[in-house]
Amino acid sequence: MVINHPLLGPRDSSEFVYLGDASLMNRPNWLDKDAGQKFYTYQYLRDNPHLEHKELWFHEQGDRSWLIVTRNTSTHEILKVELAKKFFDKGG
Amino acid sequence: MNKLNPIEDNIIEKDQSQQTPAKLELNNHQINRLKSGQILNNKKISFKFNEEKLQGYEGDTLSSALLANNKILVGRSFKYHRPRGIFSAGTEEPNALLEIGKNEYQEPNVKATTIKLFEGLESRSQNHLGSLNFDLLAINDFLHPFLGAGFYYKTFMWPKSFWEKFYEPAIRRAAGLGSLSGMPDPSTYDKGFLHCDVLIVGGGPAGLSAALEAGRANLKVIIADDDFLFGGRLNSENFIIDDQISSEWSKKSVEELLNMSNVRIMPRTSIYGSFDHGIFGGLEIKYDNYKDQIGKPRQILWKIYTKFAIICTGSTERSIAFGNNDRPGIMLSGAIRSYVNRWSVSPGKNVVIFTNNDDGWRTAQDLKNKNINIKAIIDSRENINLKDKEIPIFKNTSIIDTSGRKQISSVTLSSGEVIKCDCLGVSGGWNPNVHLTCHQRGKPIWEKSINAFIPGKTPSNMLVAGTAAGLLQLGENLKSGHTKAQQVILSLGLKCSSYTPPKAENENATNSSFWHVGASRKRSWVDLQNDVTTKDIKISYEEGFRSVEHLKRYSTLGMATDQGKTSNILGLAVLAEYSGKSISDTGTTIFRPPYNPVPIGAFAGRSRGKEFKPVRLTPSHKEAENLSATFVEAGLWLRAQWYPLKGETHWRESVDREVIQTRKFVGICDVTTLGKIDIQGQDAAEFLDCVYTNGFSKLDVGKVRYGLMLREDGMVMDDGTTARFDLNHFVMTTTTANAVSVFRHLEFCRQCLYPNLDVHLISATEQWAQFAVAGPNSRKLLEKILDKEYDISNLNFPYMGCKKITVCNNIPARLFRISFSGELAYEIAVPSRYGNSMFKVLMDAGSEFNVVAYGTEALGVMRIEKGHAAGNELNGQTTAQNLGLEKMMSKKKDFVGNVLSRRSELNKESIVKLVGFKPVNKEIELKAGAHFISLGKEACTKNDEGWMSSVAFSPSLNHSIGLGFIKNGNNRIGEIVNAVDPLRKSNVEVEIVSPHFLDPEGDRLRE
Repeated sequence: MVINHPLLGPRDSSEFVYLGDASLMNRPNWLDKDAGQKFYTYQYLRDNPHLEHKELWFHEQGDRSWLIVTRNTSTHEILKVELAKKFFDKGG
Repeated sequence: MNKLNPIEDNIIEKDQSQQTPAKLELNNHQINRLKSGQILNNKKISFKFNEEKLQGYEGDTLSSALLANNKILVGRSFKYHRPRGIFSAGTEEPNALLEIGKNEYQEPNVKATTIKLFEGLESRSQNHLGSLNFDLLAINDFLHPFLGAGFYYKTFMWPKSFWEKFYEPAIRRAAGLGSLSGMPDPSTYDKGFLHCDVLIVGGGPAGLSAALEAGRANLKVIIADDDFLFGGRLNSENFIIDDQISSEWSKKSVEELLNMSNVRIMPRTSIYGSFDHGIFGGLEIKYDNYKDQIGKPRQILWKIYTKFAIICTGSTERSIAFGNNDRPGIMLSGAIRSYVNRWSVSPGKNVVIFTNNDDGWRTAQDLKNKNINIKAIIDSRENINLKDKEIPIFKNTSIIDTSGRKQISSVTLSSGEVIKCDCLGVSGGWNPNVHLTCHQRGKPIWEKSINAFIPGKTPSNMLVAGTAAGLLQLGENLKSGHTKAQQVILSLGLKCSSYTPPKAENENATNSSFWHVGASRKRSWVDLQNDVTTKDIKISYEEGFRSVEHLKRYSTLGMATDQGKTSNILGLAVLAEYSGKSISDTGTTIFRPPYNPVPIGAFAGRSRGKEFKPVRLTPSHKEAENLSATFVEAGLWLRAQWYPLKGETHWRESVDREVIQTRKFVGICDVTTLGKIDIQGQDAAEFLDCVYTNGFSKLDVGKVRYGLMLREDGMVMDDGTTARFDLNHFVMTTTTANAVSVFRHLEFCRQCLYPNLDVHLISATEQWAQFAVAGPNSRKLLEKILDKEYDISNLNFPYMGCKKITVCNNIPARLFRISFSGELAYEIAVPSRYGNSMFKVLMDAGSEFNVVAYGTEALGVMRIEKGHAAGNELNGQTTAQNLGLEKMMSKKKDFVGNVLSRRSELNKESIVKLVGFKPVNKEIELKAGAHFISLGKEACTKNDEGWMSSVAFSPSLNHSIGLGFIKNGNNRIGEIVNAVDPLRKSNVEVEIVSPHFLDPEGDRLRE
């Protein structure tokens, strides 16, 4: 696979480490009333969608940026690659 | 491109004089070689087959040379040990699998059709007991009623215990292919990466046509072919392209491509797989002569990144199933044409052709032109447009049986007529090689007009041309290569050349769907390599294995080294007939890489033996070697484990000495391998509050604090110390094992969880060499090497202090007053390049203080004596509460793992707690991994109360000690329990004690 890094251009997937669903960025607030339930959902419950999926990849053998990769889980086509930091700035 | 180099005359003469006794060759050799033809007849090569010395020519494959020498029988079949001969002329070969080379060079299952003949090649037939001519296991052929599809599920069931001990070994011995030498492979393999605008897979007519156009338009082109000679079928035919004979046209085209600097020509490179995003895998064979390539890679595994690919992989001829269609001398009709035209070898003198399409007739024509006797053309079709007045033609006829054990001697026709022959060419039509178009789960489509599957939907950057696309006639084939190249050129926004596509006539290519001769009573082979017959397919179907995928697994159809290249389509056509479904509905099995076998050695490349993974050496490695250290692998690191002195015969002697001497005087240990992460920024302290359970905001500058890190699920991830050198500058240490994963986690936290914090991280593990200086004399030792202005007295540099200093006359260093051993101790860090000399300086300066170098074992003993948790305790299944560190979990702030660590199940009274253990009988050695059972209770899972995680012999206490987790342990100090280890059959009474075996108040740390 080739991931088109927003800063470095196309890079081989072997340079990256995969983490999983990008929902891991939406960490709940510990002071919420039902924080226990929210963290349980955050930590253990993930969607496993067909087709478009936003996922987290770490460019470990590169610039060490965390990326949000939008990938078609059926064809492996990569539709979008964004820096996690920027993604956050836009409010998810 | 060996074939393209002009041969120098003087070399040839020299070779001839050296190699072979001339007389022998004239009498016995190459009796099937024709007088004229394409092969360069002036460079002879000697080789061996089953110890017999034979000769061939430069440009031969092993199979063409064997056929030239009339070696018709070359192997025994997989299951029935039937005599088998060369069947094809390419990578689809199911029969002629040979062992080449001897001893460490031995290579099994090599297709004779793909090996380029070289001087001194040694080859042997496989899979027979006794000689090739008299194989004792041929008895299996008579036992065939018991050995059909799935026989081992049925025949060898009783008694049950016999399967593993008797049946399976016996079957494995009897049925099989070649054997490995069992010795390390002396050849070198390598890996490489290539990039191009367009990869053209296949150097046949379509491939060359595409490469010419793409090359002329100045694209960066790679063209690869698994043959050592480019041209594909053009070398096997007598077609005319642009007024030249096809092999000449191909040679000239390759010469033009060789002159283009933007084109890379890769012969002997098999593109074995197509992967996501335009990546292709290729295996290039650099050298055949296994003895010649020491030091140079013999094979290279290429990863090729492409913008576009044009698949020009051609097509493969299939057989027809009829009675006894597997005898030596029965070959694919197109292969016979290859041997005659390309290699000037006639596999027989009296040849019969059996065909269901026009292509078989072409073989008859070409052989006739070479004055080889064609006894008959048997055509299953009724209406044929072709004519030949000199050859007997049998229309609407098929072959129902053959005879001749070691070589075919006659065929029996459906009409009852018997025709004598020594060679039979079979043509069942041509299958486009769609494999690479299907590796991303593409599904091929049934094309009725050619009775074969053609590529379905391909990835958008993959185009298909030539016979691979189902264009079986040369004219349209050449044109399609040109057109597809133009499509690529335009997609890249470039201009096409002004050249027109190469011109050729479209040959006759009428075909029919005729798969097997139902009237045959004898076994009719579908898959020659796996000995699968039409009957096996019928049995599989009747027993319920009706999908092609099930059929494949049950009957073994299409498995092994040829992956059913000649048999798959035939097999599923037969299945379709039994099931009454169309071939299209029956479908194919899934195509997966590799298209051709790839040796494991090529996948390993240079990563073997010591080079399997990189080795990281500590900065003091050299000096440790000088001190005769024994080293241990810690991840990629090589660390000094202990430093034996002369006369010490047991590791314990060395380790006990190192511990005692450190505790009494001073010891030095290289602790560089601990991860070091430099953390800076205005929000650095706040960031640490987020990732550590305990607070760091209030840590004074010049102080160090122990920190505990959790995973989000509440389990302990790592621990270590973090020093504050400045308001906005911290240096964190991690455990050696987790250095990488903690850094990754911190970057995740920084970028994904807390992106608004102003903080930056960098790993500094490699940049700083760090040494523990531990023991009562440590301060005195350090004072000797510190530059004068630094005061490290207890008053001015107390426990848990840190500061930037200089040593040995202005070398920058960092000093931390921290202790893993429990003694008065420091860690001193210097830039890595000073590491080795720092170690030496510390040892030299320490000699007056009785200094000792200690390794990881003594380090481990001292931390167990002190009750510090390490890898065995931080195993990913333990919480801060288990470790007795719950007080470190701040309630005033959030941190990763905060909420989930408070789950009730993790905080029950009965959870296991880290405590110390000592044997009641001090003579007894404790064992890590033992489980704790209350006295008087049965040692079973139900009564399990915890486990021993670390043990050591404590030289300070002079008995074995352990750390472990036991339920409610902190409230059970003084209780005696059993430490049970059923695996190693031990049961020891142990007393639960505090985990701090030495100096529980920590007075020594603060001295």
